[in-house]
Amino acid sequence: MSSSAVDARLGLLTYKNDHESHISIKNQDVCANQCKDKPCVALCPAAVYTWDDVKKNTKVQYENCIECGGCRMICPYLNIDCHWPRGGFGVAYKYG
Amino acid sequence: MPDDIFDAVIVGAGPAGSACALTAAAGGANVALLERGEYPGAKNVQGAVLYAKHLDAVVPQFWKDPSFPGERNITEQRVVVTSGREDWINFSFRGGRYKTEPPNCFTIIRTKFDQWFAKKAEEKGAQLFTGVTVSEPIRTNGSVKGVKTSDAEELNAHCVVACDGVNSLIAQKLGVIDEWKMDEVAMGVKEVLAIPKEKIDDRFALEGNEGLTIEFFGSISQGMIGYAFLYTNKESLSLGVGAKLSDLRRKMIKPYDLLDFVKTHPLISRLIKDAKPLEYSAHLIPEGGLHSMPPLYGDGFLIAGDAAQMVNPTHREGSNLAMTAGHLAGQTIVEAKKNNDFSKSALAAYERKIKASYVWPDLWEHRNVEKNVEKDPSILEVYPRLLCEAMYHHFTADDRPKKEHKKETMKMFLKERGLFKMIQDAWRLRDAIG
Ligand SMILES: Cc1cc2nc3c(=O)[nH]c(=O)nc-3n(C[C@H](O)[C@H](O)[C@H](O)COP(=O)(O)OP(=O)(O)OC[C@H]3O[C@@H](n4cnc5c(N)ncnc54)[C@H](O)[C@@H]3O)c2cc1C
Repeated sequence: MSSSAVDARLGLLTYKNDHESHISIKNQDVCANQCKDKPCVALCPAAVYTWDDVKKNTKVQYENCIECGGCRMICPYLNIDCHWPRGGFGVAYKYG
Repeated sequence: MPDDIFDAVIVGAGPAGSACALTAAAGGANVALLERGEYPGAKNVQGAVLYAKHLDAVVPQFWKDPSFPGERNITEQRVVVTSGREDWINFSFRGGRYKTEPPNCFTIIRTKFDQWFAKKAEEKGAQLFTGVTVSEPIRTNGSVKGVKTSDAEELNAHCVVACDGVNSLIAQKLGVIDEWKMDEVAMGVKEVLAIPKEKIDDRFALEGNEGLTIEFFGSISQGMIGYAFLYTNKESLSLGVGAKLSDLRRKMIKPYDLLDFVKTHPLISRLIKDAKPLEYSAHLIPEGGLHSMPPLYGDGFLIAGDAAQMVNPTHREGSNLAMTAGHLAGQTIVEAKKNNDFSKSALAAYERKIKASYVWPDLWEHRNVEKNVEKDPSILEVYPRLLCEAMYHHFTADDRPKKEHKKETMKMFLKERGLFKMIQDAWRLRDAIG
């Protein structure tokens, strides 16, 4: 249910996508070896983060980001670097 | 970017930033207002209820401006307490006095409001630059003297005002705050739902430009500190839910699943029936209050609004505190310019103004409310349930005398909570209602 619950919602939004990501995982080893319950995957309101169980890494779909800033606090290992997109890029709400 | 030295560079064109820019420019200061969104409001989310009194202080008689983008004047405010999925209690206050212009408060669409407000600041002479992300403040000899942007441009100023919202990069780079902790913020998720005006009027018993707000407490927040809200706009409804980030983390609930839980509640699903989603959004809300507030001023800088944790969550007030703080920061800049003194001691006037306004006493009064609830979060679930049980006994007619129903209700309260605990709860929650 969750993925469709978020996909349809993100489909309503307008983005101006930058070619470079404003989000990065500082150290994938931390995700693979230390992080048990992956709170970024559960709690990001735009499903930016997914856990790839084959490659054992956290995938970041920065294009989905709606810039709430929560991920930096959610990560128990402070392993997410999320800064603002360059000026004018990213999500552009029509209502807000 | 212009080369001149501004009296102030204001970062962020939300309620705090535009109020600050407008007031400072109207007082003769030369100010730049920088906004990272493509337009003011592009990044911003609010319920959104806005309070008239505090906007009137910045834009006198704003409601007479034909371009003012107000939605509905709020004449009725309702609280719904939910227990389980099927039981709920309504409290509603409809105030005839709220029908007068200006209203006490009204609903807005933030993107429209923010663009209008920034334009008002421009009309007073503030220079607005959109699509500009500030990356850090520039310090010279310990004093803040301007900002750098993500496009490596520099802007010089006698002072910088951080009005950049809850994730204040400026306050972090100034070294006055760290990253917020999860229990210092809430996450709000929201949808705007299109629905014809007549349907809104019929469903909520409204006429003309009257509007209604509803806040839902109790089982709706699944044991987390938070609440759901439903506000009426002209031709849309704003439906959202917020919960402490630390609580979402504890429960590992996806924010959009929580929103679906709210949308499918039997009462809410009826109120939003046939309404079509226009937009989904998410944003953090500062909830640390006074305990988390950074120093409000320093050598060459001021901090206002969400960036300084100026939110009163029990009254869903944030935008008004932000506008008032921005206004007072703007006045401080005008005085600093007059005296040609932007030092820390000159800018201290801002904090004195905040303390003399309603902002400080309100934050002071509410400083411990959430901490008190966190001591025993069962409060959030127990009382809604007991209240619904009490109502059930009150309204149920059966073979037993009313006296027995009353007795049973009393027994239930004493058994489930106990007299001592109830007194303790009342004491803990005393500031939430005031
Ligand atoms: C779901 C939800 C519901 C709410 N409901 C209500 C309500 O009904 N009533 C109420 O009064 N309050 C409500 N609030 C709170 C209210 O929205 C905030 O308190 C208010 O917006 C704070 O204003 P501000 O100007 O301080 O910050 P913001 O409105 O966040 O504005 C900050 C601005 O700075 C810009 N910015 C940020 N960083 C940079 C940078 N580095 N460079 C350039 N620009 C930058 C942003 O794009 C933004 O425009 C709600 C909040 C949420 C999330």
